[in-house]
Amino acid sequence: MPPKPHLFLLGALLVAFGVQHYSDSFNPYYLDVLTGIGINIILAVSLNLVNGYTGQFSLGHAGFMSVGAYLSAAVTMYCAPRWFGEDGGTALQEGGLFLMALIAGGLSAAFAGLLVGVPSLRLKGDYLALVTLGFGEIIRVTFQNVESLGGALGLNGIPPYTTIFWVLAFVAVTIFVVTCIVKSTYGRGFLATRDDEIASEAVGLNTTRYKIVAFVIGAFFAGIAGGLYGHFKLTITPTGFDFTKSIEIVVMVILGGMGNTLGVILAAILLTLLPEVLRPIAEYRMVLYSFLLIVLMLARPQGLFNFKLGKIKA
Amino acid sequence: MSEFLQQLLNGLSLGAIYALIALGYTMVYGVLRFINFAHSDVFMVGAFIGYYMGKLVPEGTLWGGLAVLGAAMIGCALLGMTIERLAYRPLRSAPTLNVLITAIGVSLLLEYTGQVFFGAAPRNFPAIFPVRNFSLGNVIISSNQVIVIVVSVVLMVVLQLIVYRTKIGTAMRAVSLNPKAAILMGVNNDVVISFTFGLGSALAAAGGILYALNYPSIDPLMGVMPGLKAFVAAILGGIGNIPGAALGGLILGTVETFVSGSQFSTYKDAIAFAILIIILLFRPAGLLGKFTVEKV
Repeated sequence: MPPKPHLFLLGALLVAFGVQHYSDSFNPYYLDVLTGIGINIILAVSLNLVNGYTGQFSLGHAGFMSVGAYLSAAVTMYCAPRWFGEDGGTALQEGGLFLMALIAGGLSAAFAGLLVGVPSLRLKGDYLALVTLGFGEIIRVTFQNVESLGGALGLNGIPPYTTIFWVLAFVAVTIFVVTCIVKSTYGRGFLATRDDEIASEAVGLNTTRYKIVAFVIGAFFAGIAGGLYGHFKLTITPTGFDFTKSIEIVVMVILGGMGNTLGVILAAILLTLLPEVLRPIAEYRMVLYSFLLIVLMLARPQGLFNFKLGKIKA
Repeated sequence: MSEFLQQLLNGLSLGAIYALIALGYTMVYGVLRFINFAHSDVFMVGAFIGYYMGKLVPEGTLWGGLAVLGAAMIGCALLGMTIERLAYRPLRSAPTLNVLITAIGVSLLLEYTGQVFFGAAPRNFPAIFPVRNFSLGNVIISSNQVIVIVVSVVLMVVLQLIVYRTKIGTAMRAVSLNPKAAILMGVNNDVVISFTFGLGSALAAAGGILYALNYPSIDPLMGVMPGLKAFVAAILGGIGNIPGAALGGLILGTVETFVSGSQFSTYKDAIAFAILIIILLFRPAGLLGKFTVEKV
């Protein structure tokens, strides 16, 4: 992390603006891949706050992502035709609506995170992983049964509001917020909760509160990422957010080295690019992907991009 | 009333299958303390071995069916032991999370390899056992349901005998109680863990074939949902507890069948997880598990 995070945020926003300005001269395929990478970075960095920094193993991130995706899509699909009419609004109007929709999606995901977190964070380790997985699946089945949100067929015809600017800007904001929280005095509580929960409680930290805060913030950004994803793919289905998606995000966090934001970002980039690079060998690519995953886990259990050896605790 | 009995019967035969899969989860958790995510895919491989073996034996004979069952169980036992040797043993001293991710990796590898070899499209499972329907009043019992229940009960009794009456079973219990002390007492932990994987995978293969008999459409992703639900069953009964896994499986199968027979049938996949959450919040050790206090 650079010494002046605010300057980093400002610089990143400027870069995002610049990339957006020249986006017409890029190959659209690369822009799509870049968008995918950005969304995965938001997901992985936000999950890293829960899994890596606070040490709570959550397998339900895709569930929160789906809450954000559905709600923000519902907001734009409801508001856009009523406000802008047939021919759409100006870029500024649409951007404003999109930002509002994303924040609404993020907040609803955060609320879902609170509902899930308060009861389940009393559990630890494998059990917590399973309960979050269970909640993720319940969220998915619920969306499958809500007819007004398309049921099992999903939502179609979401307006294509996601541009490279929004993705890069939210990547920057996510990294900024997570880093600032963790580096702050308050944020030390997350690390303490992870390192030794009993000792933290003994010195008077409210570890449950820290866990819930981490969970809610993580869910908020997962919701934002979901909103970006929905307005990028233009169609969302409940099965797109099943627990395979959650596992994909968890793998990024673990490969990057738990609690190492830079490593997690690199892992998110690598794991998004890997299936794209392997595309020529089509049907074997996922076989190779899973095989590489096992080999990486066996060869570098501390994470691919974690170079601080000996800091892993059993 | 007869409808109730019919549903109860269907639920019990589904539950027996869940119980067989849950036993594998619970035994592996007992000795290694981790969730073997690849277990549900061993279950799938078992069904596919059954599919290919089923073409070799004449259809609809009892001995042919049993031969297929045996072949699948042996094949999956070898598969389970290979997975343990290659993927889990090198990580024996690593944090649980890493083993968990490796298990997920193995699971994905089996699924995608299955999609390459078997194709992603569902296939029809042959009727390897003779099919007959008995009617008891208004309740119809199919021979497949009888086979499911009989085979499951026999396997569970055999398992119980292995775990409580043999030397290797005693060693298994010793490892699950305290691995370090077991080594000091001369137990070869690697052999025991390998044997546990073999045993659990054989049960998963049996579960796979019985499942395919009742729901005769198999594909490489068929294991995911039954696997997750069987794990829920293992927790419901108390993880690491063998009778608990059987009980959990039966309860879960019955509840799920009743839900899918009601107007909430589209929620049947959610009910297992709702049960999981409720049980973990109110009785985290499961129905038959012992509650342990964390010591500093």
